[in-house]
Amino acid sequence: MREVFGARGPSRVAEGLRAYRLIAGMWIRSTLAYRASFVLTVCGNLLLTGLDFVAILLMFSQVDALGGWTLPEVAFLYGLSVTAFGTAQLAFGSVASLGGRVRDGSFDTLLVRPAPVLAQVAADRFALRRLGRGVQGAAVLGWALVAVDVDWTVAKALLIPVTLVSGAVIFGSLFVAGGAFQFLAQDAAEVQNAFTYGGTTLLQYPPTVFGRDLVRGVTFVLPLAFVNWVPAAYVLGRPYPLGLPAGAAFAAPLVAAVCGALAGTVWRAGLRSYRSTGS
Amino acid sequence: MGSGRLYLAVAVGGFRRYATYRAATAAGVFTNTAFGLILVHTYLALWEARPGLGGYEQAQAVTYVWLGQALFATLAIQGGGFEVELMERIRTGEIAVDLYRPVDLQLWWLANDLGRSVFQLLGRGVVPFVFGALVFPTALPGDVATWGAFLVALLLAVVVSFAIRYLFALSAFWLLDGQGVAQALTVTGLFCSGMTLPLNAFPGALGEVVRVLPWAAQLQLPADVLMGEAAPLGAYAFQGAWAVALLAAGRLVQAAATRRVVVQGG
Repeated sequence: MREVFGARGPSRVAEGLRAYRLIAGMWIRSTLAYRASFVLTVCGNLLLTGLDFVAILLMFSQVDALGGWTLPEVAFLYGLSVTAFGTAQLAFGSVASLGGRVRDGSFDTLLVRPAPVLAQVAADRFALRRLGRGVQGAAVLGWALVAVDVDWTVAKALLIPVTLVSGAVIFGSLFVAGGAFQFLAQDAAEVQNAFTYGGTTLLQYPPTVFGRDLVRGVTFVLPLAFVNWVPAAYVLGRPYPLGLPAGAAFAAPLVAAVCGALAGTVWRAGLRSYRSTGS
Repeated sequence: MGSGRLYLAVAVGGFRRYATYRAATAAGVFTNTAFGLILVHTYLALWEARPGLGGYEQAQAVTYVWLGQALFATLAIQGGGFEVELMERIRTGEIAVDLYRPVDLQLWWLANDLGRSVFQLLGRGVVPFVFGALVFPTALPGDVATWGAFLVALLLAVVVSFAIRYLFALSAFWLLDGQGVAQALTVTGLFCSGMTLPLNAFPGALGEVVRVLPWAAQLQLPADVLMGEAAPLGAYAFQGAWAVALLAAGRLVQAAATRRVVVQGG
């Protein structure tokens, strides 16, 4: 079993990526066999994830500002949150259905295959239709970048892609940690939705809307604030939530790296605690 | 065995089936509470910027949020109730066995779904609602009569919700693959029932339209009856009319489907 979760190093990562690519490629080919159905589900997905933004538009049809933030500013938050979340969900969303495999015993099959388990679980039933969410988030982000009133500097412009990648890593870590949690929880899989889907919903609104304790929680305990609130405050020239220090916006990659490392640790612990159902 | 007792047994079965998964229920309570916390803050900010929006005071908007979270599973607002199973039975052809049974297909599933609703109201609805009412200022009535009127509106809402999902599920006779239908149910359910924003607060012509669609019977009307914003009898008439129309449409579609559709199998 040492091979399954003991070994580390660059070759292990390369091996994981290769396995991921092969498995995901297989599922993509399988999805594209039914092209019409695929196009329809992508459209449905776009519509479904777009509902969040329609709700925001409806709110702004009644008010000029929400928590002191204007529509382009909220759209900026929305775009950053949903694009990062969509990317993470595309790559790691399948980890969420791990509980089903643990229950029906088919998880054992993954353990005996000569490829990293996380790569197999993440690429399992790879759903290309999830592209819809990221695309829709990116579209809103594109509009917001044009519409917001910002004095662009090189630092601000560079911060956008850095923030998107960091945000995707933070959400990806949540998905992986949520998957590890399912080794223990099994039926309680829905709890992780509160953090993943709840997290991206929370971040679509300005921090000024929420209570101070909630903002503290998602800054210091579960550092979702670094997905968009903190970097967006820097770009828009707004005060940081909780009066964080000046360089906080640029700490997002660091926060993401810590999240990734923690998620990896939690995943390995979860995997070690796995006991087969035996069926 | 009288048919009343039969359907009661089916309803009890539906209740017990969902009651079996306690961890899943607890997880649902947690998730609904978390979403309620997020939503309630956005509504507070919205009503702060625009007091009296949609005829609601801030406390009423807060009540609406927690009622929505409490009824989210009860009314299967984003789908995921009996219709998933029914569509699967149509797809696999097992529906042929159901049609041979000496029971009414629509009533069978209605009883099953009512059982599920009652469990999810008690198991998943009460805790988030009580949490919301304790932590945030809400606008709840003090008299028993209003709560009674609310429960009647809620029962009608459950029936309308069932009738909508039954119609959607029957489309599987023609489409076979239920994925697109499930997605359509989620989109219409979340948007048109006022889960994202109370239908009262929808602007202009869009508001006029969504407030007369059957989805308005699900969350908006029970909420308005509870908070004294709608006269119970008017609400019942609206809900009852949609329930009857949709259940009748369900029977017609079912008759058409069973007459001309060749059952899948193999």
